[in-house]
Amino acid sequence: MSGILEIRGLTKRFGGLAAVDNVSFSVREGGISGLIGPNGAGKTTIFNLITGVYKVTEGTVSFRGSEITNLEPFRIADRGITRTFQNIRLFKNLSVYENVLTACHMSARYTIPEALFRLPRFVREEKALRAKAEDLLSIMGLTERRDVQANNLPYGLQRRLEIVRALALDPKLLLLDEPAAGMNPDETEQLMHLISGIRERFKLTVLVIEHHMDLVMRLCESIVVLNFGQKLAEGTADEIRGDPRVVEAYLGSGEN
Amino acid sequence: MSSYTLGILMLAGINLVAVLGLSLLTGFTGLFSFGHAGFMAIGAYVGAFLTVSPARDIPGLGLPLIVGVLGGGAAAGLVSWLVGRITLNLKGDYFCIATLGFGEATRLVFNNVQRFGGSRGWPLGATRDMGDIWIILAVDVVAVILVANLVKSRHGRNMIAIREEELASQVTGIDVFRYKMVSLVISAILAGAAGVLLGNYLTFINPKIFNLTKSTELIIIVIFGGLGSISGSVLGALLLTALPEVLRFFEIWRLVFYGAAVILIMISRPQGLLGGMELTPSGIRKILAERRARLALRAEAARETAEGGSR
Repeated sequence: MSGILEIRGLTKRFGGLAAVDNVSFSVREGGISGLIGPNGAGKTTIFNLITGVYKVTEGTVSFRGSEITNLEPFRIADRGITRTFQNIRLFKNLSVYENVLTACHMSARYTIPEALFRLPRFVREEKALRAKAEDLLSIMGLTERRDVQANNLPYGLQRRLEIVRALALDPKLLLLDEPAAGMNPDETEQLMHLISGIRERFKLTVLVIEHHMDLVMRLCESIVVLNFGQKLAEGTADEIRGDPRVVEAYLGSGEN
Repeated sequence: MSSYTLGILMLAGINLVAVLGLSLLTGFTGLFSFGHAGFMAIGAYVGAFLTVSPARDIPGLGLPLIVGVLGGGAAAGLVSWLVGRITLNLKGDYFCIATLGFGEATRLVFNNVQRFGGSRGWPLGATRDMGDIWIILAVDVVAVILVANLVKSRHGRNMIAIREEELASQVTGIDVFRYKMVSLVISAILAGAAGVLLGNYLTFINPKIFNLTKSTELIIIVIFGGLGSISGSVLGALLLTALPEVLRFFEIWRLVFYGAAVILIMISRPQGLLGGMELTPSGIRKILAERRARLALRAEAARETAEGGSR
């Protein structure tokens, strides 16, 4: 069975250290998959390799049947993979609306000369972009905060805004890097509903890195466990929960 | 208007053309350049070659000033494209140093090319025509409109995104290198055009005019006016071109006072006069909306704290 995202023998070495070592897995289209593992297991590095932020040392990444290994980040975004960051990276001094509007840019095709002289296509498409940004804000419950500067938003809403910004590019695959980091149980619960909600609504595939095991186990249909840059296990939530190697990686073995 | 005041206005208008370009590059795209006098120099020399009468000691083509402005701008733009190919992959400060090197190297090239007068300079042979103020104003108006249209488009927003957060821009599908290049080329075209106008105004060009001090003056105006603000750049160009003239009273000390005035203003208003704001109807609406949103947020936070306290 082939998935929307296929990772084969992916390796990333920084000097002598293999941060990711020969990892293979596939992500099923339309599902929510989880990538878990202790700190330093290489989860974020894998996101950076998928999105072209890091160059791959060895191995391949294929998306919807074509290889995207080492394409530039903006081209990968254009193919339909967008992401959020572990340490939120918003356009801080811009308003909530401007953050989303900026990210809508790929829904328009007008050129720079058309913008300079405000030609008809510019006017028409710009109107559509604005409508799209407003729509997204209202779907995601941010309309009330439309004019707030991104860095003045409460923490939970900053995370939400980053997800909205990623959605503005109409992705097929959304990568969420620790979306619940720093959230209280209430907010985490809300986030879970949000993630399953957008999966339904936007018909996309979600791959999420998360430390809240509770959230991962309830949200994800399939889970990949990493440890020291290698794949330790893969399976459904129940399979992972019962896997002694996973328990050992997280809690340490009895002898130590 | 006395010809003295008109002269200051012309100089401010000329500075504004270069400042608008640099405002796009620095204020909107977030790239600092200390070499834009180099692009002005290229514009000035190409423009002089196009406009100087063929009968002069150093002959030119004798074309109208507006052709010189377009040609000078185009030449500077072309050179900036080559410079950008090599330097735009450099990160922040390193790019800044590279532009500094470019600016000084360009000046020294003109210093040593005897064909255009070398370090002695090039007398362009025409007398100053105060009527050129209309050409300067026309270039100003066109430049303001085009730059304003650009920054309010998706292309301009992409440039602003790069200034705010480069990595996030990349994964948001923005071709960072391309937008930096577009921004650099447009800024160089405007600097080149300003160089042509400056040569025409001074009726004499000399490599020394386009030294590091000139580049610094431009960047000071941009920062003083406020990063990310076109109206700030307009205001900055007017005020800071006029300021040394107002300070003539202090004679040899006037540039010291100029420096002190800039320092004082930057301390009291680090974001510059109009950082991130525009003095246009839509710009003012935006400032008010952001203010309302900030107050609403604060009120909400206060309410939550109060509720938390009473619980």
